[in-house]
Amino acid sequence: MQRFLIRRALIAIAILLIVSVIIFAMSRAAGDPRHVFLDDYATEEDWEHLSAGLGLDKPYYQQYFIFLGEAVRGNLGVSIQQGRPVMEVIWERLPATFQLGLTSFCFSVIIGFPLGVLSAVRRGTVLDTFAKGMALIGQSAPVFWLGLMLMFFFAVTLDVLPPYGRQQTTSIVLPAVTLGWFFVAANLRLIRSAMLDVLDSEYIKLARAKGVPPRTIIWKHGLRNALIPAITYAGVTLGGLVTGSVVVETVFAWPGLGQLAIQSLFGNDYPLLQGVVIVFTLMYVMASLMVDVLYSYVDPRIRYT
Amino acid sequence: MANEGQERLLVAAAPSRIGEGWTLRRFRRLPIIPITILILFIVVGVGATWIAPLDPTKTSLRDRNLPPAWLEGGDSRYLMGTDHLGRDVYSRVIHGARISLVVAAMVILVGNTIGVVIGLISGWYGGWVDEICMRLVDIKLAIPTILLALVLVLALGQTFILIVGVLAITIWPRIARNVRGEVLQIKTLDYVALARVAGASTPRILTVHIFPGVINTLIVLTTLEIGIVILLESTLSFLGAGVPPPTPAWGSMVAEGRDRIAVAWWICTIPGLAILIVVMAANLFGDWLRDVLDPKLRQLA
Repeated sequence: MQRFLIRRALIAIAILLIVSVIIFAMSRAAGDPRHVFLDDYATEEDWEHLSAGLGLDKPYYQQYFIFLGEAVRGNLGVSIQQGRPVMEVIWERLPATFQLGLTSFCFSVIIGFPLGVLSAVRRGTVLDTFAKGMALIGQSAPVFWLGLMLMFFFAVTLDVLPPYGRQQTTSIVLPAVTLGWFFVAANLRLIRSAMLDVLDSEYIKLARAKGVPPRTIIWKHGLRNALIPAITYAGVTLGGLVTGSVVVETVFAWPGLGQLAIQSLFGNDYPLLQGVVIVFTLMYVMASLMVDVLYSYVDPRIRYT
Repeated sequence: MANEGQERLLVAAAPSRIGEGWTLRRFRRLPIIPITILILFIVVGVGATWIAPLDPTKTSLRDRNLPPAWLEGGDSRYLMGTDHLGRDVYSRVIHGARISLVVAAMVILVGNTIGVVIGLISGWYGGWVDEICMRLVDIKLAIPTILLALVLVLALGQTFILIVGVLAITIWPRIARNVRGEVLQIKTLDYVALARVAGASTPRILTVHIFPGVINTLIVLTTLEIGIVILLESTLSFLGAGVPPPTPAWGSMVAEGRDRIAVAWWICTIPGLAILIVVMAANLFGDWLRDVLDPKLRQLA
């Protein structure tokens, strides 16, 4: 158990280091950040002065270690566009992203799990067909398009929900449904197929023969075992929520980290971009680490491998 | 070559399992509609230049934002209406199929090759080689894909080759992991040991004796990948980091129609619908193939 977790933690650290190298290299390759400040009338002196100011006159590996050392201490530099510390900007955006991510996650679990169970239990009925249809759309529709369609229908045509922003309490409904739908589909499919396997097993037959009420069999004996693949997948879900938020926040102008990533990317604001990607990766890695812990708790077999 | 002959005597080539599932009973459940859609997608993609009635990049300012032909105010020349620059949406959707098709084909080719080679080597050699390969897979699977792809594409330039490369990087780990799993099983089989005894070289064993055993898994995974790659490519296009304009890609078409959704819904609805239909067909076909060829993969949603 401990060995397993230590191993996962080491991998997590390796991932963070590798991502930091990639991000650092990419941000340097993205173009000269000095262009943002200087125009055609700037003198050679201005360029060099700015170089020294931004630390661009040092060799790359030194720039990287400076960057890494500062990053570990929580200092990710100053945003070029906003002229404020990157961490400050990120902290402002973090609550919105967490709110969206958590809501979508809950949505995907609350809808996906029961629907998956019911769809397996009532196999072949209208409910099953409906659930499978939901899952198919969720897995096949491009997230950005689904968001636009929901926006068009509920905000433009019916005018019952706000189309974008985060001003009203109901603002979260459309982005959360858009982001969560894909994972509703994933959870539903996983639970359904695991439930079908579980319901076919010997111990369920025994429980039935003993006269355990069907409700207890399905929700207690069945679902508990069918949860294992879903929990494994929850890591992917949490990670996917991070990536998905980039798209969904762009579509719905949700003021979170995803939107910030796109803004900094197209604004050539490399310190901010570095910061956002590192925070995103950190969230991603933490999520999968958490899932590993949960997983080894739910499925004891994993602890000894 | 005596060795070669001996090998042939002792060892039959690896049994291909492709034939096993194709009984008549299963044929009856052949998913006709998805297959038709996929074939249509390929035909339209390949023949876009001949099939599209109009030039997809030709603008006509007089015919801006015209609704589809079947609606009031529609023009019979523009079956699916026109966009904000007066370009024919129908022709653009057809040309968009070409981009999706070519990108998907290239990405799958490159990604599968990397995945298969790494999977074979990792499974066959085991030990530290395996350890390194699988940690690479872990690392890749733990990095947020879209974000990294965006950074890479915008940093190094929006070129076709780079987009294919970036997407190929995102799909190989899954292939590698599954191929490795298969290899671990196959390499313990008698016929592989016999091939070794007969003096077959490692590359020969891997390609002639082990690879055929992996093909089923590979076909299933590849079909399921089509949808993933098309979705990823269109997401990149939507965010402005796909194949550069004016080449019509489905994702960027949706992005262009986004701000006009209230006045001209068809500009972004139709290309998105095209993505949905093709990906759905690929997923349905992949599910069916998996049930027929490789039920073991069922857990893999």
